[in-house]
Amino acid sequence: MKRTTWATILFMLALAILPPVFMWTGNAFYVDLATRLVILAIAAVSLNLILGFGGMVSFGHAAYIGIGAYAVGIPVYYETYGGADAIASYGGAFHILVAVGVSALFALLTGAICLRTKGVYFIMITMAFGQMIYYLFISIEEYGADDGLVIDTRSELPLVSLDDPLQLYAIAYVALVIAMLMVRTIVNSRFGMVLQGARGNNERLVTLGYNTYLYRLTAYVISGAMCGFAGALLGNFTTFISPDMMGWSRSGELMFMVILGGSATMLGPVLGSAVFILMEEILSSITIYWHLPFGLMLMGVVLFARGGLMGLIKGKGDK
Amino acid sequence: MSALLKISNLCKSFGGVTATDNVNLEVEPGELHAIIGPNGAGKTTLISQLSGALPPDSGKITFKGMDITNRPAHARARLGITRSFQITSLVMDMSVLDNVALAVQARQGHSFRFLKPARSIRALRDEALDMLGRVGLEARAEQPTVALSHGEHRQMEIAIALATGADLMLLDEPMAGLGPQESVAMIEFLKGLKGERTILLIEHDMDAVFALADRITVLVYGRIIATGNPDEIRGNDDVRHAYLGEE
Ligand SMILES: Nc1ncnc2c1ncn2[C@@H]1O[C@H](COP(=O)(O)OP(=O)(O)OP(=O)(O)O)[C@@H](O)[C@H]1O
Ligand SMILES: [Mg+2]
Repeated sequence: MKRTTWATILFMLALAILPPVFMWTGNAFYVDLATRLVILAIAAVSLNLILGFGGMVSFGHAAYIGIGAYAVGIPVYYETYGGADAIASYGGAFHILVAVGVSALFALLTGAICLRTKGVYFIMITMAFGQMIYYLFISIEEYGADDGLVIDTRSELPLVSLDDPLQLYAIAYVALVIAMLMVRTIVNSRFGMVLQGARGNNERLVTLGYNTYLYRLTAYVISGAMCGFAGALLGNFTTFISPDMMGWSRSGELMFMVILGGSATMLGPVLGSAVFILMEEILSSITIYWHLPFGLMLMGVVLFARGGLMGLIKGKGDK
Repeated sequence: MSALLKISNLCKSFGGVTATDNVNLEVEPGELHAIIGPNGAGKTTLISQLSGALPPDSGKITFKGMDITNRPAHARARLGITRSFQITSLVMDMSVLDNVALAVQARQGHSFRFLKPARSIRALRDEALDMLGRVGLEARAEQPTVALSHGEHRQMEIAIALATGADLMLLDEPMAGLGPQESVAMIEFLKGLKGERTILLIEHDMDAVFALADRITVLVYGRIIATGNPDEIRGNDDVRHAYLGEE
């Protein structure tokens, strides 16, 4: 088996085993850290589908985290305080459906426009759409504007309770594994070959008869929907939902995670999230300017270890 | 017999440069039609308009009796037009086999298929290997494309064009940059393709053109100055003067 496959299995095993151990040894703080890590990793895995495998450098991916989080926050808000009966609900299935559905729709509408552009223009227009929805939520007084929404009830699901930190972690972990397997299945499929072919040489793929625009748009929608799901989890985790979840800096952080860990790899985005969370934790306790050393490190990896951390694990001879 | 491809009054200019100047041309099914002309004559520009990569300024392109002038490139490919590129255009970060398999896959309808691993599909793999075998590259199938030589890349371009199953192959200087031996092999290979596919061949190598072509069209400054069989072209004074005379 390849070294990267081993690394993936070992790392995912560690993520399965460590948090319960932390919990039972009275280190609940680390379970919180791991939950945040795993949820952001789902978002990064979803971004990797379009950024890594599709070559679409989206700088607005955090929008879906926000959409997913508000898809939990808004129905819970109405159920708690009354009003808007049609969408008032504590039901987890409803929250997830709205999170995934609205994210997919937003991805379809904005992707249809963004994917008409290339390169720097694509980066800028995805960022513009991300900021658009950010300012939209900042302007809605009803949902707390830039102060955000605090919910005191989490999504209700059958069999499990998201109020239990370990159960919430387990759900997030399983979701991450499913997301990784989904992306792996997609990129290895015939659809995935077209997506990766178009990343490498779009003109060639068009000449073969592929309407690459439609393939990219499909990947864009799948990716957005997956990230919306991550947003619903994050809303449940923090129980504090604010526009800050979807600002452009959060989008940038997701890109960092993917590139730092190794784009177009299975474990890369997860590894990137882990490093990001740990660095944020360690560096932010030392200095409030922690973005600077973090940025420098990212530049170091990008310049000296092409392929990110997974590139380092892969080693030279291994292919 | 009606023409497979019919070009009527096609015009294209870039700023002040007229690259295609009222071109009228018919390509018959099964023929190997060569286009020759000096550098900058507009040969690649013509191919690009036929494949759909460039929109013409005016004129009409008919393929299999259908007006395709305004159809996008991917739709033309689906109708049965493929091209090779003067400057090699492959997916460099994929394997040789994957490149050809993508061409085979393109023929089998849409590829919105998300579950089965593409590389495990025997039919795709076998046919792609078959095509690579025809150009002598089967031993290189699993290599990353970027690792192959220029000559091998040219062969890949042909294998891919074949794998699409297109009725009309637009080949833009398939011999470009090949050594003498590789060129001879390519000429032999194209000879073997004659009759199987309709080919519009752009080529600078006169020996190749006169050895291969059923008909030849001479393009100078975007304008057709002659069309005919090799003997007619050899004997044409205008052509001699404008083009062959240089030799
Ligand atoms: N995209 C473009 N923009 C501007 N001018 C162009 C463009 N493409 C081609 N031209 C010009 O159009 C003319 C025809 O170019 P084209 O590449 O079709 O010639 P060609 O016959 O293929 O030449 P060669 O034998 O060198 O390949 C040239 O004068 C070229 O400079
Ligand atoms: Mg040319």
